[in-house]
Amino acid sequence: MAPKFVKATFQIENGPSHEGISFGAPNSVAGETVFTTSLVGYPESMTDPSYKGQILVFTQPLIGNYGVPSGETRDEHNLLKYFESPNAHVIGIVVAEYAWKYSHWTAVQSLSEWCIKEGVAAITGVDTRSVVQYLREQGSSLGRIVVDDGKPAPAFVDTMKSHLVAQVSTKQPYHISAQNATANIALVDCGVKENIVRCLAVRGANVTVFPHDYPLQDVAQQFDGVFVSNGPGDPALCGSTVEVLKHLLEDPKFERLPIFGICMGHQLLALAAGASAVKMKYGNRAHNIPALDLTSGQCHITSQNHGYAIDAETLPANTFKPYFVNLNDGSNEGIIHKTRPIFSTQFHPEAKGGPMDSAVLFDKYFDNIAAYQNFKKSSAKAAVRFEVPVHTMATERVL
Amino acid sequence: MSSIYESSTPSISAFNTANYNPQLVKGVESVLVIGSGGLSIGQAGEFDYSGSQAIKALKEANKRTILINPNIATNQTSHSLADEIYYLPVTPEYITYIIERERPDAILLTFGGQTALNCGVALEKMGVLEKYNIKVLGTPIKTLETSEDRDLFAQALKEINIPTAESFACETIDDALLAAGRVGYPVIVRSAYALGGLGSGFANNEAEMKELAAQALSLSPQILVEKSLKGWKEVEYEVVRDRVGNCITVCNMENFDPLGVHTGDSIVFAPSQTLSDEEYHMLRTAAIKIIRHLGVIGECNVQYALQPDGLDYRVIEVNARLSRSSALASKATGYPLAYTAAKIALGYTLPELPNPVTKTTVANFEPSLDYIVAKIPRWDLAKFQHVNRNVGSAMKSVGEVMAIGRNFEEAFQKAIRQIDPSFLGFQGSDEFGDDLDEVLANPTDRRWLAIGQALIYEGYSVEKVHELSKVDAWFLHKCMNMVEMYKELDAVNSLEALDKELLTRAKKMGFSDKQIALSINKNNENKVHELDVRKYRKSFGITPFVKKIDTLAAEFPANTNYLYTTYNATKSDVDFNDKGMLVLGSGVYRIGSSVEFDWCAVNTARALRESGKKTVMINYNPETVSTDFDEVDRLYFEELSFERVMDIYDLENSEGCIISVGGQLPQNIALKLQDNGAKILGTDPVDIDRAENRHKFSSILDSIGVDQPEWSELSSVEEAEEFSNRVGYPVLIRPSYVLSGAAMSVVNSEDELLTKLTNASDVSPDHPVVISKFIEGAQEIDVDAVAHKGEVLVHAISEHVENAGVHSGDATLILPPQSLSQEIKDRLYEIAQKVAKAWKITGPYNMQIIKDDRNHGTTLKVIECNIRASRSFPFVSKVLGRNFIDAAVKAFIGEDVPKPVNLMDEEYPYVATKVPQFSFTRLAGADPFLGVEMASTGEVASFGKDALESYWTAMQSTMNFHVPLPPSGVMFGGDLTKNQLGEVAALVAGLGYKIYVTNEVTKEYLQKFVPADCDVMIIEFPKNDKRKLRELFQKYDIKAVFNLAARRAESLEDVDYVMRRNAIDFALPLFNEPQTALLFAKALTQKVGEKLKVLESSDVLVPPEVQTWHEWIGQRPM
Repeated sequence: MAPKFVKATFQIENGPSHEGISFGAPNSVAGETVFTTSLVGYPESMTDPSYKGQILVFTQPLIGNYGVPSGETRDEHNLLKYFESPNAHVIGIVVAEYAWKYSHWTAVQSLSEWCIKEGVAAITGVDTRSVVQYLREQGSSLGRIVVDDGKPAPAFVDTMKSHLVAQVSTKQPYHISAQNATANIALVDCGVKENIVRCLAVRGANVTVFPHDYPLQDVAQQFDGVFVSNGPGDPALCGSTVEVLKHLLEDPKFERLPIFGICMGHQLLALAAGASAVKMKYGNRAHNIPALDLTSGQCHITSQNHGYAIDAETLPANTFKPYFVNLNDGSNEGIIHKTRPIFSTQFHPEAKGGPMDSAVLFDKYFDNIAAYQNFKKSSAKAAVRFEVPVHTMATERVL
Repeated sequence: MSSIYESSTPSISAFNTANYNPQLVKGVESVLVIGSGGLSIGQAGEFDYSGSQAIKALKEANKRTILINPNIATNQTSHSLADEIYYLPVTPEYITYIIERERPDAILLTFGGQTALNCGVALEKMGVLEKYNIKVLGTPIKTLETSEDRDLFAQALKEINIPTAESFACETIDDALLAAGRVGYPVIVRSAYALGGLGSGFANNEAEMKELAAQALSLSPQILVEKSLKGWKEVEYEVVRDRVGNCITVCNMENFDPLGVHTGDSIVFAPSQTLSDEEYHMLRTAAIKIIRHLGVIGECNVQYALQPDGLDYRVIEVNARLSRSSALASKATGYPLAYTAAKIALGYTLPELPNPVTKTTVANFEPSLDYIVAKIPRWDLAKFQHVNRNVGSAMKSVGEVMAIGRNFEEAFQKAIRQIDPSFLGFQGSDEFGDDLDEVLANPTDRRWLAIGQALIYEGYSVEKVHELSKVDAWFLHKCMNMVEMYKELDAVNSLEALDKELLTRAKKMGFSDKQIALSINKNNENKVHELDVRKYRKSFGITPFVKKIDTLAAEFPANTNYLYTTYNATKSDVDFNDKGMLVLGSGVYRIGSSVEFDWCAVNTARALRESGKKTVMINYNPETVSTDFDEVDRLYFEELSFERVMDIYDLENSEGCIISVGGQLPQNIALKLQDNGAKILGTDPVDIDRAENRHKFSSILDSIGVDQPEWSELSSVEEAEEFSNRVGYPVLIRPSYVLSGAAMSVVNSEDELLTKLTNASDVSPDHPVVISKFIEGAQEIDVDAVAHKGEVLVHAISEHVENAGVHSGDATLILPPQSLSQEIKDRLYEIAQKVAKAWKITGPYNMQIIKDDRNHGTTLKVIECNIRASRSFPFVSKVLGRNFIDAAVKAFIGEDVPKPVNLMDEEYPYVATKVPQFSFTRLAGADPFLGVEMASTGEVASFGKDALESYWTAMQSTMNFHVPLPPSGVMFGGDLTKNQLGEVAALVAGLGYKIYVTNEVTKEYLQKFVPADCDVMIIEFPKNDKRKLRELFQKYDIKAVFNLAARRAESLEDVDYVMRRNAIDFALPLFNEPQTALLFAKALTQKVGEKLKVLESSDVLVPPEVQTWHEWIGQRPM
């Protein structure tokens, strides 16, 4: 049975236009257009808050093959088993060849059904390779998917000008408790992926997730470590989070506090340290990017999703040094503090989707936490009772 | 043993940074590269590709490379690659001789398949590597041993909590039965140290288990019994690791056929299509964990079984070497795996190597594919009698194709057509009848056709086909899309009624013009032809686009020449200003067309480039060197169909097209290409057709006074009978278009005529079937030549050892000829000149000629002429030190055309012999019999001071050939109506072998030939009990079988069939043809004494045949 085809057009501002078939929500959308070269993981990507407001082009031509799993199934930590947040954050997707029929044991719906449910516009039949070639040359561009619904097409809009982090961050603190927990971690939520929280919880940490602008410096001493999450958009718009991090970096009472940041978290940490960020031509969104560990020489294949990067040249020489470097384009992939247990990565060690090679960084973070805990045990002055009212908190993100 | 690498600690050295500082293995100036030998099932052309890339990498690093490989048809055995080449047996024995002579600093073991790897393990055990202080580059021997020994392997994986299929190692049949009882039926049996799953299989009950274990244990000292995971998904990862532990997975692949079919016999897609991120990365992470734990330095393949409805998985196998899968992965991604593995073996780390495709990014990354790749195996089972057509855990296919598309349907349909031009695309077949469900459930080589039949014609649902076949529903849903398209096209009753939208969709789904035409014709009186559809679609501007394979899904600019076409695009990646020359490659390797045509295609491209021409290669065979990233200016990994070649010709505004170096496949479309405006270089296709059409061919021979066997065109059975009676039986029946003897057969009596006729004419209804007098006992001669405007430039005369009647592809060729007088050679030259002139030949051609001594004097009769390069072109080029292809290319372009020379007038102080490589071991049940149907899968050649020495060496170069040494036993049987068996026995008897026969008649026959004091012993021959047979062969220490077959066995009970078949199953040398049996017996009389002396000596005595190619021929031809 051939489905009833609704025509759609994918347009790039001042650029080419591609005709195709709509398989998503019957509404037109506009936003920044980016591409990913990942081969698998469309449900993970589409629910990653870092993609907030973007139109995502998949270079893998065949999408939808394994359907979409349940967005409600939760694991023992009350974290979503198959999604990286409860909802889709991309506003539209562009694919070459949508699989109208899917096959997978975890699937509960087709990608099309789910897109319709989530209001995500979707277009298939596009020469995505030529789109990538265009974006590669022109840089990230504004685009729109216009569904043939008789209504006028939406204007091109630069979603990156919005404070996207504020949109996706939890509105209230929430708490994820681990079995036999040995540590308490405060997580600054700029749009955290479920698997980051899981990576912390499975290693034995209770995770208290705070809104992006929460004055964490007031309670940070009670925690064994601080984590700054990934998130969407321009780091320059996250002034309040940078201020919080400045407190943590500058106040001597935090000098032994372990901090780990990923992606946006990494950028905000670097900004707080005094470095500056640049918008990349078209960003890095892929599962195959080599990041060389400058401290060990080991090269990791990493999962990435970012449009901004830290200019390593601007790192303050006395505090931070580059930790990882991207071997393809030479961009900064991480920083590490010269004396304190603080480091961050531009890439995603938590994967989902993508390779899990650099998950060891979570172990490293927990080593730092253990050292900090030992220090606190040995120093009565440093020990601060944990009095954060976690039991009254929500147990999932508050949106 | 300590590592040859000074450090295993990573450093921040990377190719594009200031810290670049590679620490390479020190003290390595010369490297011995072990090749894989003759092409056989399970070990084919992929190792020409991997060895060639390895040698390229070594050359770049200024290493002196010494290659051992008797496969003279390969590209790697050219001096443009290796510095020194030995055409010698790839055995520990001969490698030791070479080491003694050459004293290499290092050795590469992982580029020559299982053969090279096994040799490496043996050399280590023998202490040879230590004695000569040879460094093993890349993965250390210990790792190779662990990956090969199932127990060690399972233990190693257990240490890192990676699940393997529970497996019991057994050395006796009783143990195997016990183990099977423990894991529970169905079970799978595998043998350790076996290539391509040889001796493996499934058993559903004790009876099956008994038989399987007996066979497997005859091939390997140890077998493994495991629980069968039939129906699970099968997924593979290709992993690379450097000496400091950086790892990447270059590609993953998913089998269309669920677990149970050997991956070499499976339809495969890359990248995986039905795996979620969780599954993909679970297996990827495990692969990296495994390769790190085992300590691979280079390339490794990990095969998994994945639960179809959960996250359970098992590691099935790890190959710590380049493999067929790695060749496929390399071509599927554009990432040169073998080249990179060789660089890593030298000590480079992944960050220190640039991505050879982009040149600006780093090799330490994982390719992202923005297309889908389909691989389908090619079987030739129909060529064998009594062969079991089921495909399972032991590989049976002889080649494979790879197709690239931007959706499943496009890639799959391209691949199907590549398998054989007779396939139109996804289609059914009515051959299955009531067995359809059976074939769906128990795969044969034809299962994809059964799926097509079920979905297109029998109304099966996806669910039903999935239930039976366990093929993932996703693949079947995609197949249903094509079924729906067929329905839409069937409803169109004329070309004019076909609208642009539907036509576009059909092309996007990979439908060929011919396929569309046939669908329209279903209900159409005015038949539409392929060309009508072509014209019609071009009128809409529907033509394919060209995309690059760049390893990075276009993320970075890449100046790559690796291309494919697709209709699922709106823009091409390249412009078309080169006007390059098209070279059509060989397509899929199959019986009759193999690596020799790849050598021809590669050398054509090289010669064109040297002449300053731009080259465009079209080929779709992932095992080849012609599809390598650096051989041509542009490579189209595409179909060799008229439609696609013409598309590319048009797109490229090509200056010309070479159709005569890729074997028969490109030749078949030559005339059509020319008729549609393509410029064909070399002999006019109209003239080529005058040679391919039997009738035209014969008339021309008559007109130029060249003799031929009596023949007649067959138009009715009565005429056929009349003709046959007149010329006398036997007669030969054949269709006019012949590919590797397909449907050719010798008919011995009137009775046979009727049935055989039907078979032959079924093959090619468009062309008449002819019969000719079959001349028994005559010698056959191959003439290879190159001409320019009808004038012969170079020619080579090779004599066959076997008499006419054995397909020339299965024949043993001797060059220069040893038994032909100068007069005969001159007459052959004259025939070659007459033929060149008559057909106005420019370029390569080959003739098969029969030397008929029946009447007074000698007549020379031409039985076949192919106006294209033949399979013996690399052989004659390399033996005579004169590149025939180079001459042909100069003739094609009319530049620097060499002066004619009579190479057969010259004296050669050496002889080379080419012998066929058979794969009967792989084809359970097949009768090892030589006839007019070609059966060999490859060939090897060796040099010697005379024919005996070169034949002796060449025979040892065939796979798993062990020279029988006295006083072991030799078994005799077969045709007693002639003296040849007796003559062989007479020669062998004096050497101290024990002679066995199976009956009194044979004993009496032999006693007439052998000396009176020679004991001919009768042993009881338990025909039906494999196990007893094996014990019997062991008990009597039987080490060779001479069974001269007069004809194919009629039944499986035939004692001669059982004798021949078991020689194969027990891996013993089998001589089944009188002339080669005699030649080998003679070689034994001359050589076996020397062999015993060499083997018994405590010093390494190097036998005289151990010389390099350039030493033999006195020069280093490129």
